Amino acid sequence: MHFIFKTRYEQDISLFKHSGQVFWYAALALALVAAPWLLSEYALSQFTFIGIYAIVCLGLMLLAGFTGQVSLGHAGFLAMGAYTEAWLQANGWPFMISLPMAALVAGVTGIIVGLPALRVKGLYLSIATLAFGFIIEEVVVRAEHITGGNAGRQLDKLMIAGIDFDDGTNYYYLVTFIAVLCVLGVLNLLRSPTGRAFVAIRDSEVSAQSMGINLAHYKTVAFALSAALAGIAGALYAHKIRIITPDQFGFLQSIELLMMVVIGGLGSIQGAIFGPAFWFVVQQVIVVGKDWLPPGLGQQTGLQPTIFGFILIAIVLFEPMGLYGRWLKFRTFLEIFPFYRKGMFKRQKSYMKSERMK
Amino acid sequence: MTTPMLQAVNLSVQFGGLKAVNDVSFDVWPNEVFSLIGPNGAGKTTIFNLISALYRPTSGEVRFESEVISRMPPHVVARHGIARTFQNIELFEHATVLQNLLVGRHCHRHTGWVQDLLFTGSVRRAELEFRRQVEEVIEFLDLQHYRESMVAGLPYGVRKVVELARALSMRPRLLLLDEPSSGLNTEETEDMGFWIEDIKQDLGITVIMVEHDMGLVSRVSDRVLALNLGEVLTLGTPEEVQAHPGVIEAYLGGVDDV
Repeated sequence: MHFIFKTRYEQDISLFKHSGQVFWYAALALALVAAPWLLSEYALSQFTFIGIYAIVCLGLMLLAGFTGQVSLGHAGFLAMGAYTEAWLQANGWPFMISLPMAALVAGVTGIIVGLPALRVKGLYLSIATLAFGFIIEEVVVRAEHITGGNAGRQLDKLMIAGIDFDDGTNYYYLVTFIAVLCVLGVLNLLRSPTGRAFVAIRDSEVSAQSMGINLAHYKTVAFALSAALAGIAGALYAHKIRIITPDQFGFLQSIELLMMVVIGGLGSIQGAIFGPAFWFVVQQVIVVGKDWLPPGLGQQTGLQPTIFGFILIAIVLFEPMGLYGRWLKFRTFLEIFPFYRKGMFKRQKSYMKSERMK
Repeated sequence: MTTPMLQAVNLSVQFGGLKAVNDVSFDVWPNEVFSLIGPNGAGKTTIFNLISALYRPTSGEVRFESEVISRMPPHVVARHGIARTFQNIELFEHATVLQNLLVGRHCHRHTGWVQDLLFTGSVRRAELEFRRQVEEVIEFLDLQHYRESMVAGLPYGVRKVVELARALSMRPRLLLLDEPSSGLNTEETEDMGFWIEDIKQDLGITVIMVEHDMGLVSRVSDRVLALNLGEVLTLGTPEEVQAHPGVIEAYLGGVDDV
């Protein structure tokens, strides 16, 4: 077991708590840098998608996992980012400006969608965001001159400072770099008063108020940041896919995002990355495994949603802290081997179960 | 003559047909422990919620250092230096004790979310300063052992102290304690009594408390306000109030009721 002897308060606010963490995160960074040499082009492309989805999930985690405001309309923010980027690129804006603009447009939309959050809570708020998701989808279909309607909208090759980012490796680096920046930003937030205010609102609005936290302000900030992250991811998604259509940003997409976050583990930054990573890995497994199944089952439509549905049910039942919770247990098992007991995380398990949606 | 710290002026609040608080007036002076007592439904907690602006009075007002606070939003009232605890403990369950206490420093922050996002030097310095201030509270209430524990896993008695610590982390001038001894055992209640005395004498914080334990009330209170059915029965020293026939009647029932 690793005990950290703390001698300074700085140790509690630094990003890395001990040298072991520095080592492992450095190893991770190295692996991310080396990935293009180690992976096939297709695998690298999947990694890029994981990076993009990790950014949205980070936003959704901030909102649902840390502020307690569950959104069922996040695909709408994704769409705002994607179409803003597409439109700005077509009008000759450089990526360095259009990406922040995509974040800004999505963020402002987030503020507007967040307005009901100042009045309604829990399930009712989710329904309100759900409605927002449908509205955006409908608007995208109708506003043909900007979005191309159902036919979709194509994006040009992404060039930044003369470098071709249509290339898989370059684009992978770009996405990874932005994703890492987003993670750092969210980590910073969470170790500062703003992050604590979010958690306070999640756990008890009434006492958050009595501690001097302006609920309206922080809920709005949470919505804006969450939507802005989705906007960034939307812009990156648009460049990756090169042709965007309204059905990519539908209700199912919102549900999938929420599922990723729950599978990853509500209330943990790692969960926002584990979720999409797991999602894409399982997707691949299903694609490969299909051929091994009897044709009557393997070629069935809806195989993938069904499997994910079962995974979600299993997670909610057996591991409410998601993949991150599973990882925590595994790590503790290794750290204190052979003294790990089965019930060590029992307490957390019992209280994490239902309280998030209140 | 100094002005009262807190004044309730003809305070009334009505929920539908129920007058939960009816025309209650009282003054709380700086550096005293002022207790509210009364049977269930007397309106004690309602008065607390009126002071911390969670409820709006139907008529009348609350003044804090001559400023009307009963029309302000609750978070602004908190920033004026009024902290409170809750009867049923409203801690941030899925956070550590330390994080809970740091939330108490929230109203003293002067960085915005943009600075927080970048974790600028000023945020870092403020965080270290907050930590130092919170550590003082931890030491004051002997919570060192629980610093890193999740609140959700703590026993009730400790949570009660953590809630007091969180309120003290705000460095308030007025502290509202809603039943500080409920759910505590004799020893813990004893400790709570010592702490309340220390809060008044060492930290110079004015305390208003709702309490049922008359032992604790008479030990720490300077003055006691007895309420029944939303109205003032009597106001005086603990001994006077306990001897007051109206109070005895409210608690035990009058001769006529027997």
